[in-house]
Amino acid sequence: MADPVLRLEGVSKSFAALRAVQDVSLSLAPGEIHALIGPNGAGKSTLMALVSGALAPDAGRIVFRGQDVTRLSVAQRARMGLGRSFQVSSLIPEYSARRNVMLALQARQGHSWRFFHPVSRDRSLMDPAREILRRVGLSGRASVPSAELSHGERRLLEIALALALQPAAFLLDEPMAGMGTEGTRQLTGFLDGLRAEAPILLVEHDMDAVFALADRISVLAGGRVIASGTVAEIRADADVRRAYLGEEEGA
Amino acid sequence: MVEKRREWTLNAVLAIALFAVPLAALWLDEPFYITLATRVAILALAGVGLNIALGLGGMVSFGHAAYFGIGGYVAGILAHHAFSGQPLFLGLSGSNQMLVIWAVAMAISALAALVIGALSLRTSGIFFIMITLAFAQMIFYFALSWPAYGGEDGLPIFLRNQFPGLNTMRGWEMFVLSYAVLMLALALFAMLRGARFGAALMAIRQNPARAAAVGISPFGIKLTAFVISGMITGLAGAMMAELTRFVSPAMMTWQMSGELIVIIILGGVGRLFGPVAGAGILVAFEVLFGGLTEHWQFFLGLVLLGVVLFARGGLIGLLAGRERHG
Repeated sequence: MADPVLRLEGVSKSFAALRAVQDVSLSLAPGEIHALIGPNGAGKSTLMALVSGALAPDAGRIVFRGQDVTRLSVAQRARMGLGRSFQVSSLIPEYSARRNVMLALQARQGHSWRFFHPVSRDRSLMDPAREILRRVGLSGRASVPSAELSHGERRLLEIALALALQPAAFLLDEPMAGMGTEGTRQLTGFLDGLRAEAPILLVEHDMDAVFALADRISVLAGGRVIASGTVAEIRADADVRRAYLGEEEGA
Repeated sequence: MVEKRREWTLNAVLAIALFAVPLAALWLDEPFYITLATRVAILALAGVGLNIALGLGGMVSFGHAAYFGIGGYVAGILAHHAFSGQPLFLGLSGSNQMLVIWAVAMAISALAALVIGALSLRTSGIFFIMITLAFAQMIFYFALSWPAYGGEDGLPIFLRNQFPGLNTMRGWEMFVLSYAVLMLALALFAMLRGARFGAALMAIRQNPARAAAVGISPFGIKLTAFVISGMITGLAGAMMAELTRFVSPAMMTWQMSGELIVIIILGGVGRLFGPVAGAGILVAFEVLFGGLTEHWQFFLGLVLLGVVLFARGGLIGLLAGRERHG
């Protein structure tokens, strides 16, 4: 197997007495979609925050593109090529969809230290922004402020911002949340093609999407990885059924 | 697009009005109104400075009077030494050239903003407001207790300093100079706002987590904006000292910091001509109600209350609608 793009080694994080993430090791190989599932409170959100850099782990290390990034900030990891989407859409509310993407593009191009040239006439931002919005299907909504977009459109814009970073790895936190059946189906198809550009670490509650997309699945429960394997292996795993899938079927 | 065009029209009206009023006063031989318009232009300039930090960057500095006062004292001290002929220090002499004074005022204000900003920007919200206030109070008390330059009595500028090609002692020429500097500062504001730097700065104000997630580190961008902001307000301070030919610690009081914030809020936070509208309203109230009662600020307070409750966008927002970033 090729060297993983992203690797977590024995990562732990506690909040006072709560051990939110305990000794988690996992990796993301080129070209794969690695899904992270688990019941509510399993530590998925904490783990995503640790990978993105919003939280610093108490123990363990995180290696991205062969470099130890454990102590790097969110912005530094983003500049290294970690493209994330948020669980709850987090956009620049007054900026149009286009300006949101242009912001990610300008950050990707390496610097915001241009004081005079207007971005509205900057072809190196406008042209790729148009192309990215077309890819996610938001061309018609390019000039609408992101605060006025529908929920589904905001989810797509989240993906567009991650795309604009041309990342080495995607970190997608419940991209399907609240998307509806048709939206979920389309987004599943889109993410399926995306893995060729960069591997995806995917947290998702929609099991149909996870089973359709994932090359590997890691199951998180009580802050630990209790199982890791292919879709077939996870489906068959007794612990997983008890901890998670069983519960859901029973509910 | 309609809003944008309306804002342009409104800005043009404000720019023309600010020029036309003193021009009419010149024609009617009413020098008082020329001085008044110059005051509006200089206060607006100070507001443009604050508008970069507060309006674009969301940094509520409650200590911008510090830069205003530092600029004023630079003008006063340099003029004082030029007048007396005594060297300043290290054999450097004073200056009676506005261009030199302005450069020094901007450099020292920028330096002060760099130090204060670097320390204050580690906090946010109410703590940022309080720490900027605390720094401004420190500088205020320093000026108050520094006997070499007048202490609490302040320092007069006996002869207004010079600008190449102008007779700055003439009210009209002093106005034209102040107006031109204000327009340049507005052009700078518009450019910064439209450029990548402004895009990053305004994004950080709205959603710092998102800005970081695309790879923009907030600290450096905010600090740069804070320094530019302090520098422009410092320049305004130097010009205000020229206009009144007097500097005193009163320029650095927390009331002055508050007045600058009021100017921004009345005019429209983050709007290009917000400070011009705000300074105009402030000075108009001072003149209209100041003649009737000592407590004219009561009426200003009422208007401010109205703006905060019913017209968050200030005068510009009220007349031109919300700002859009297409």
